[in-house]
Amino acid sequence: MGKRVLVVDDEPNIVMSLEFLMKRAGFEVAVARDGAEALRALEGAPPDLVLLDVMMPEFDGYEVCERLRQKPEWRDTKIIMLTARGRDAERERGLSLGADAYVTKPFSTRDLVERAKAMLEG
Amino acid sequence: MPWLILALSVGYLGLLFLVAAWGDRGGRRLIQSPWAYTLSLAVYCSGWTYYGSVGLAAQSGLAFLPIYLGPTLTALLFPFLLHKMLKIARTCGITSIADFIAARYGKDAGLAGLVTVVAVMGAIPYLSLQLKALSLAIETLDDGQGFRPLLDDDALLVTLALAGFAIVFGTRHIDATETHRGMVLAVAFESVVKLLAFLAVAAYAVWGIGGGVGAVFARAAAEGREGLLSMSGTGLSWLDWFLLTLLSSMAFLVLPRQFQVAVIENVDEGHLAHAAWAFPAYLLLINLLVLPVALVGLQAGVGAGDLILLQLPLKAGNLAVATIAYLGGLSAATAMIIVATIALATMLSNDLVIPVLLRSRRLRLQEMPDLRGLVLLVRRAGILALLLLSYLFYRLIGGGYALASIGLISFAAVAQFVPAILAALYWRDANRRGAFYGILFGTAVWLYTLIVPALAQSGWIGAGVVADGPFGIALLRPQALFGLEGLHPVSHALVWSLAFNGLLLTLCSLLGGQDALERLQAVLYVDVYERQGVVRPWRGDSPAGELHDLLVRFIGAGRAEGVMRLDARERGRRLLPDEPADAAFVQRVERKLGQAIGSASAHVVVASVVKGEVIGAAGLMEILDETSQVIGYSQRLEQKSRALEKASRELREANERLRQLDRLKDDFLATVSHELRTPLTSIRSFSEILIDAPDLDPAERERFLAVIVRESERLTRLIDDVLDLSKIESGRMDWRIEALDLNAVASDALAAVEGFLAERGIEAKADLPPKGAPVRADRDRLLQVLVNLLSNAAKFAPEGQGLIRLAVARTAEGFEVRVEDNGPGIPEKFREAVFDKFQQASDTLKDRPKGTGLGLTICRQIVGRFGGRVWIEDARQGGAALCFTLPAT
Repeated sequence: MGKRVLVVDDEPNIVMSLEFLMKRAGFEVAVARDGAEALRALEGAPPDLVLLDVMMPEFDGYEVCERLRQKPEWRDTKIIMLTARGRDAERERGLSLGADAYVTKPFSTRDLVERAKAMLEG
Repeated sequence: MPWLILALSVGYLGLLFLVAAWGDRGGRRLIQSPWAYTLSLAVYCSGWTYYGSVGLAAQSGLAFLPIYLGPTLTALLFPFLLHKMLKIARTCGITSIADFIAARYGKDAGLAGLVTVVAVMGAIPYLSLQLKALSLAIETLDDGQGFRPLLDDDALLVTLALAGFAIVFGTRHIDATETHRGMVLAVAFESVVKLLAFLAVAAYAVWGIGGGVGAVFARAAAEGREGLLSMSGTGLSWLDWFLLTLLSSMAFLVLPRQFQVAVIENVDEGHLAHAAWAFPAYLLLINLLVLPVALVGLQAGVGAGDLILLQLPLKAGNLAVATIAYLGGLSAATAMIIVATIALATMLSNDLVIPVLLRSRRLRLQEMPDLRGLVLLVRRAGILALLLLSYLFYRLIGGGYALASIGLISFAAVAQFVPAILAALYWRDANRRGAFYGILFGTAVWLYTLIVPALAQSGWIGAGVVADGPFGIALLRPQALFGLEGLHPVSHALVWSLAFNGLLLTLCSLLGGQDALERLQAVLYVDVYERQGVVRPWRGDSPAGELHDLLVRFIGAGRAEGVMRLDARERGRRLLPDEPADAAFVQRVERKLGQAIGSASAHVVVASVVKGEVIGAAGLMEILDETSQVIGYSQRLEQKSRALEKASRELREANERLRQLDRLKDDFLATVSHELRTPLTSIRSFSEILIDAPDLDPAERERFLAVIVRESERLTRLIDDVLDLSKIESGRMDWRIEALDLNAVASDALAAVEGFLAERGIEAKADLPPKGAPVRADRDRLLQVLVNLLSNAAKFAPEGQGLIRLAVARTAEGFEVRVEDNGPGIPEKFREAVFDKFQQASDTLKDRPKGTGLGLTICRQIVGRFGGRVWIEDARQGGAALCFTLPAT
């Protein structure tokens, strides 16, 4: 069984590209369009990796990350935060909340896929 | 018993010396206390108060009250009237009330002399009153003992003893503005002694003899003495009450001894506020039991004389209480005598004797090396003369009068200073001639209406003058002048003397002019709060050495050196003896001399040395100009500093606004960056996918390319919008406002979005006024607004069955444009927020609209520029209506 990736972003085009990239890298992909949907998706079968956008309506990526890290059974899930805000303070915040990596948009697709693979397989 | 009196008196006076010596050397803390000042004001309560109030109350009930009501009212004016007098006295180095008045009216020696003479005339009955009180007290205590030490005349003995005491006590220093700390402390001490003694004896009388206040009053009622408890029992009309209260309120400030303690001896202006309540409280305390004691005296049958306070314990055989009563009276009388003689002797020497001696060419005083001894001698002789004159008055005239009436005669004399003083404080145009003749004639009327009847009563002149008028002219009767009858004699005298006084002051001042120095001093007095120490009337060029010699002669080498040192410190160097003295130095010398010999004398002395004389009218104008310039500068400076304060406040506010703008700008940039990065992310991702995955199937490749194209367009729109907004907000937008037909622009806008609407299957309807809609606007920007609103509506309208209506309607102010759709509408709470930057009503649609988030912000800015407004409401068919107005041309 392949590793499972959850893509969370409110921008349909970005979701589309990430879904394509992750599938092509051989992962099973689930999609969520905002924070609430992401948490619902997590309830079912916890993914191995979450690609998490920060700026989303209602509750944002930070909050999702925080909740994710509160549950012990989700402790092994890797988190890569994606953000269009590249400030250091925000990177710090993301990492302090328990994200494993913090990637600034626009990102290199190759790097992102490499990192995802390294995290899940290495 | 007689020896006891003598021992007690001497012992008490010795104690006073100790208190004074302590005050002179140390005792600084006590002197700095407002209590010392307040209690020293109570020198007002002399032997007259101590014995006379009870005596008067026994005869006329409440008639003793006006004398204490007056000062109580004056106390209300302390912060204004007295404060201003203090300020002037300090600024001008004033030494006495004569000095105070004369300095205002051009430092005129004649006026100073006149004030001194009047003050002395007024004080002599008052001093004789103290002598009378004291000798009566001694005689009463001594009654039947047959004790006659040294002389067969108690009063003369008392006079000589007090003169010796006052001389030793009062002339230890020469400088009259150097406050007599020791004296003030001694007087304050005496105020405590007399208050306690009075209260003790009164309590003894009322409770010990009379059986309590209630019993005393009950008995008084039973004996038919209700008259003493009512207004009618005083024998005074309401007008009398008013006039006597007014008289006391004036006398309280202008009696030489009161002026001495209230103005000259004040060490801290802040004490006024304290005295303003504490002094009336003192008066209340010392008056509280007067009436009951008087009633007890009447009931005990000691008679209605002035010495009830002493006679009551004597009659009851209580020598201890009698002794306390005697000591209280002694303290009240000595306090008054000490302060009054010091004040009057200073005036006599400074304002009367020394100026005359200085002018006398035969005496050649101007050439004497040291005049200090002479000044002291004059003062000591003055004290002795004052007390001997008072003794004579007592023997020749005052013997037949009750204490209280003698006191009021004195009050009426010094009341003659009041018009000149009030004018000095508040009327710049009052002049010397007016002050002089006012006081002169006022005093003449006083002599005629009060002293002539006193002389007649004592048998020195025929009683017919009082009864029928001089030469039988009834209109000129001294106690019913010009037919004015029915008043208390003192009220009557007050009315006429002040009427003449005030009238002459006013007339002379209005008709005559002022000389330069007078004008200068007038300004200095009236505007004392505004101008301080900037007026320098001297334009002399005499050598500094001569002025220094002058100082040495009057105040001694040691203190002259002190003046030179102070001057050197402020100047930065010491003046050489043959260097010409400048105005500042001359003034310094004059001021210092004035403290020793009064400003009128000092002026004469300095004028004899400074050849330049006092400046003339032209020079005065110059000086006044200078001072008004200085005032102008300081006012401008104040304005400047206010303006600076305002500017700095505005800067702070502007800075705060800038900071806020900066934060907004930061937020804006972060948001713009986010908005730019989002489409860029898609573009980059799909571009990289297209490069990395050559094996994509054509449909998918097509889909990804379309995304790249759409996101590129979105990026372009965003950049356009950001640029537009920044141009509008910074005012750099190039507006081409012209007359337009709104209908035409609306049609163009519809044409521009036609393709987009067709693509989404949306129908558009236009509802335009047939007569056209003339407005003034920039065509391209107006088109931008309309296109933006239409595409907005198209995005919200349901795809396939969308309906958009563009309506233009005439209103009162101009035209209203509505763009309506049949979409979900916009909830009330977002209708304002959507006009903020990057605020989209995105949660109303799951499909996030691909706007830039700046469109409506820009619309609002543009419409605002045209003079209209934009808002959102419900559309008729259920969706949102975006509306804006434009003024008609």
